[in-house]
Amino acid sequence: MADDIIVSRDDWTLHRKGHLDQSRHKEKVEEVIKQQMGDLIVDESIILTDGKKSTKIPMRSLEEFRFRYDFNKQNHTGQGNKKMAPGDIIGREQPGKGKGKGSGAGEEPGQDIYEAEVTYEDLASILFEELKLPNLDDKKRPLIAHDRPEFNDVRKKGLMANVDKKRTLLESIKRQAFSKKLNKEAKLKISPEDLRFKTWETRPNFETNAVILAMMDTSGSMGQFEKYISRTFFFWMVRFLRLKYENVEMRFLAHHTEAKEVTEEEFFTRGESGGTRCSSVYKYALDIIEKDYPPAHYNIYPVHFTDGDNIGSDNSRALALMKNLVEVSQIVGYGEILRTHYSSTLMSTLKRIADPKLRLVTIRDRNEVYDALKTVFS
Amino acid sequence: MDSEMRALTDIAQDIAQVARDMGLDFYPVNFEIVPAEALYTFGAYGMPVRFTHWSFGKAFYKMKMQYDLNLSRIYELVINTNPAYAFLLEGNRLIQNKLVIGHVYAHVDFFKNNHYFSRTPKDMVERMGAHADRIHEYETNYGRDKVEQIMDAVLAIQEHVDYRAHIGPVIKSENGLKTDRRVKGEGHVCQGKSCAGTCSGKAVQGLGKGDQQKKTRKNTVSLPYEDLWGDLLADGCEVLPQQEFEDLLLYIIKFAPGLEEWQKDIVSIVREESLYFFPQIETKIINEGWATFWHARIMRELNLTDAETLEFAIMHSQVVQPSRLGLNPYYLGVKIWEYLAKTKSDNELFDLRETENDLSFIRNHLSRELVEELNLFNFRKVGAHWQVTENEWEKVRDNLVKQLVNGGHPRIVVIEGDYEGKGGLLLKHCHEGMDLDIMYLEKTLSLVQFLWGKSVALETVVDNKKYIYESANGIVSRRLATKNEENGVR
Repeated sequence: MADDIIVSRDDWTLHRKGHLDQSRHKEKVEEVIKQQMGDLIVDESIILTDGKKSTKIPMRSLEEFRFRYDFNKQNHTGQGNKKMAPGDIIGREQPGKGKGKGSGAGEEPGQDIYEAEVTYEDLASILFEELKLPNLDDKKRPLIAHDRPEFNDVRKKGLMANVDKKRTLLESIKRQAFSKKLNKEAKLKISPEDLRFKTWETRPNFETNAVILAMMDTSGSMGQFEKYISRTFFFWMVRFLRLKYENVEMRFLAHHTEAKEVTEEEFFTRGESGGTRCSSVYKYALDIIEKDYPPAHYNIYPVHFTDGDNIGSDNSRALALMKNLVEVSQIVGYGEILRTHYSSTLMSTLKRIADPKLRLVTIRDRNEVYDALKTVFS
Repeated sequence: MDSEMRALTDIAQDIAQVARDMGLDFYPVNFEIVPAEALYTFGAYGMPVRFTHWSFGKAFYKMKMQYDLNLSRIYELVINTNPAYAFLLEGNRLIQNKLVIGHVYAHVDFFKNNHYFSRTPKDMVERMGAHADRIHEYETNYGRDKVEQIMDAVLAIQEHVDYRAHIGPVIKSENGLKTDRRVKGEGHVCQGKSCAGTCSGKAVQGLGKGDQQKKTRKNTVSLPYEDLWGDLLADGCEVLPQQEFEDLLLYIIKFAPGLEEWQKDIVSIVREESLYFFPQIETKIINEGWATFWHARIMRELNLTDAETLEFAIMHSQVVQPSRLGLNPYYLGVKIWEYLAKTKSDNELFDLRETENDLSFIRNHLSRELVEELNLFNFRKVGAHWQVTENEWEKVRDNLVKQLVNGGHPRIVVIEGDYEGKGGLLLKHCHEGMDLDIMYLEKTLSLVQFLWGKSVALETVVDNKKYIYESANGIVSRRLATKNEENGVR
């Protein structure tokens, strides 16, 4: 007799354990990404493709460390579908993978590889989660409201381009269900009375606008590295502000001893020689604000990148103008990109401004852009 | 019970009768039909109920993905308990279930009779449920992150337990600590306090002396799972002999200076589960081979329709499909059993399933004919290529055996708990011709350091040179072993 054999069946629909621990694993991967954020956000593949492509960053799942043998040094045993002779090649390492001590195993036999991928969007959402927008002022609205269409109604008449397919189908099904023909084989037909259209109303829309005044020192001392750093910073700054405002404008101001407005391309690529007079660009920025962006209606974000090598006699004038700039802006960022451990005289001069709206940062290394972003938007 | 269940129960009982008539001897079996979601969860956790850890989630996700993409499929899962639990995948066809049920009985027969399983607890489902509850309680009391931190570190060294302590009859050794006398040869026996002198005082210093020793022991006795180190506590020896101690986890539970009781309990939970799972790791080939061998035999005894016979043949051939690189344990195992069955009686086969594990099974029974029939060969990395190195049968057999030693894990032993007089832990990798993965070594060492609280050093051999890796304050450094250390003088 075999009555000690039982077969049963339970309800497992609420069994979520695997998923819960998987989401914890995902969280841990995100933590690792956060730790590497400094390196990831300055990645050329993101900045130079303008973030339009969803650049994929290969991201390993978390490794489970243990004492284990070096796979690459081990003698393995395998099975062939024919007799194998010494010297036969059964596989090769994938180029580009497998570099570094046994960590990237690539296409090697028997190795278990499991990668999670982080897209640009993931990266952005993790990054922006940490950034905040202080000094938000609700009063800042443009004088003229734009009209904006809002789809909020369904009608029987309308433009064919706006047909609501789902509702139309539902109407058709309903109609056929009510009609006495209960022939299930009959094809679904859409008659003109079934058609439903999405329609809109126009509503006045008050847009909130922001403007970034990107200012950069283009004197001889600003090289490729400095440009790349500032470019990375502005890249993420624009994307962050676009989350918060409907319209984000950007104006590019380059300066050495004199300031002028340039195009984006010129801003990031052209270099000029000569000394540095920072007050020139602060004055220029204030002029632009007065002319185009009344502070009552615009959120203004001036950010200035320099190596801090300002002509000493200019410091007091720069300080005075900066005070004015801070008054009319939401946040002013002042970034010094330095290769040395000393900070400049301009930096120490600007430190006299106690207003928390002025954010001073120093960037010495690529991965400090992340910290700079966090300092400015905190 | 619906009609489908009733039909399946009848079939399971019929097959049990057939299997018993053929000589298989197994525990009662509770079959349960579960959806893929649940089956893959059990597969990832190794149990229907287990404590929570992200690594299980990762394994689950991976297995589930492979199932969803139709890359692999688990038909069943058997739990080594009495009664045994077997989970069948919902949606298996009847003929698939017939094969799987036969397969399950042979697995349970192996669990019940193989010597390496003789000391695994037969109520492990309940025990692991209790473990999960305790871990959950610790998460509530101390926070998830703190528990996870300990768990990450313990799981990294979970293989380094003395799994032989759980095999066979309980032998109360003189000092309780199993030491490896082959290596040092002096057969150091520790008896009570008198040995403090002979131990060159190093391990003793780590623990303090006299009353402090008693305190250590008292603390340990109050731990909930004291039965696990019962033999360790049995005698008067509270100091560690100056030899190689196999059980790293037990050593940490007993002697790690900074661990709190609940943290030690987590280590002991992982240790107990590791001891439970180890026999399954070291009998993979022989056990899968055994089950495959028997499901085929049982199926031949059943009255199958032509269509069923065909489907069974297809499924069976999928199970034993050779993998392109690496070895399919089902295939290798069943081939050896079939080869043995040609010359041996059933009773002789039953004797072998009692006494062998993968290592001895391959060493004793992988013959020249089989190596040649299966086209087995050795290969290694030469430059950027994976190249066949040998195909002589003895070299292939010996290489397989080498990889099965210690369940395929490097053997790491504790040398002392007061390294360089600073309370550090000194470990030694017993190098048997295979170097360690250095990146993994460094990361693992810092995890051990987290458990131990003070610095942790590991002696190993890299490219024929003896090195000492040391993790202190989160930094791992490496140096060549000095002359004295080369000669084993400390």
